Amino acid sequence: MAFVNSSQQEVLSHVRSRFIVLSLTAALLLNLLPLQGLALLLRPDFVALVVLYWSINQPQRVGMSVAFTMGLLMDVGDASIFGQHALAYSVMAFIALLLHRRLRIFSLYKQAPQVGLLLLSAQLIILLTGLLAGANLPGWDFFLASASGMLLWPLLPALVKMPQRRKPDPDAL
Amino acid sequence: METAPQFFRHGPGLLARLVFFALLSLLLMVIDTRFKYLPEIRQTIAVAIYPLQRLAHVPAAIYDQVSGLFVNRNPIDEIAHLRQQHLADQGQLQRLLALEAENAQLRNLLEAGQRAESKTTLAEILYIPHDPFSRKVILDKGSQNGIQPGQVVVDGAGVVGQITRVYPWLSEVTLITDKDHSVPVQLVRSGLRSMVSGTGEDGTLELRYLAANADIQHGDLLVTSGIDGIYPPGLPVALVSKIESNAAYAFARITCTPAAGVNRNRQVLILSPLPPIPERPVESVETKPEDKKRGKIGIR
Repeated sequence: MAFVNSSQQEVLSHVRSRFIVLSLTAALLLNLLPLQGLALLLRPDFVALVVLYWSINQPQRVGMSVAFTMGLLMDVGDASIFGQHALAYSVMAFIALLLHRRLRIFSLYKQAPQVGLLLLSAQLIILLTGLLAGANLPGWDFFLASASGMLLWPLLPALVKMPQRRKPDPDAL
Repeated sequence: METAPQFFRHGPGLLARLVFFALLSLLLMVIDTRFKYLPEIRQTIAVAIYPLQRLAHVPAAIYDQVSGLFVNRNPIDEIAHLRQQHLADQGQLQRLLALEAENAQLRNLLEAGQRAESKTTLAEILYIPHDPFSRKVILDKGSQNGIQPGQVVVDGAGVVGQITRVYPWLSEVTLITDKDHSVPVQLVRSGLRSMVSGTGEDGTLELRYLAANADIQHGDLLVTSGIDGIYPPGLPVALVSKIESNAAYAFARITCTPAAGVNRNRQVLILSPLPPIPERPVESVETKPEDKKRGKIGIR
């Protein structure tokens, strides 16, 4: 039983590394969409969500180094201080890696508030570093992104796994 | 230990990794904010994510084209309107040409320096970064199109901002509403010179350190004064929208609204850089020519 499980895991994980890259790329793409006004405020941080998803479900593959790299990419894309998102994502991934066993016990809906807190921690770090660099305090609506990310969390696994499910079919045929 | 299966290999502990990455990112942030020393790494990453930025813009571009098809239902009216506009503009342009010639002649007579003509590059706003701490937009023209940092960006109504960072195919514009951005301006009505600074909020600028009794009125137009050598003179920047003078303070609180609408249009113009201003004369040269000579002789 254990042997079968592990071999299945191996096959899946071999496929997965490509999907991890794909999902992270898609998240980055969504973060770079040209939005304005309320849509921009409400847009969840897709990269943070996907990094969280993988570091909770695949902690051996996606950890702080991936989070750090994605943070650097976001820093350039967002024209923010170089290293700001990198620090926020690394700390967020650290907490997720610490708690991933506990988090996986809960159902998706019960995970959502806890994930919301993780997203909030990342935003707080971005806020702190921004304030240290001499920026003004942004309005409360800055934190709307965490709330919308929390609401999106229960749907995320279905979205991330979507290409994964379709893939085996052409191979079987 | 070497034969340990993959399962047992963990590498450094979680906390050690956190400390490593935290220190690394703090180091990057300090270098970026204090020393401005990381353009190469930024450039490399920018090239790497450039295809994604372009791809993310595709839906907006398609939407623009498709909505353009449906909006222009009355092309005949549109053409008539544009013809009228063209005629009016041409009348003004002819006057402008005459004035320009006259101005050049007068400047020649006065032996004053000629005003520089500026060329423009049309650029499109790719996206607005989601960064609550700064007001920036990303344009689709970069160093490959001859864009340099420091160039001024305008739209049809006035100054939008200034290019602060250039990537091969993209550039970052810091808007005039950014907290760290100031534009030297002049009041059209009274000729008063000052600086207008961003507040970090959309649609508000501030005229700081103007005396409470300064000659300024509601609705006054501020244009660039051109004494900085970066902004060409005479571009509209803002309209004075609110004046609060309190006897307790030496300065009036003057709020302005920017003339350009950054949120309204997608296309902007990048002005070519002005010729460099002549260097400031050194004060000591004229007063102490003999001292220098003596010094040189002494060294010999």
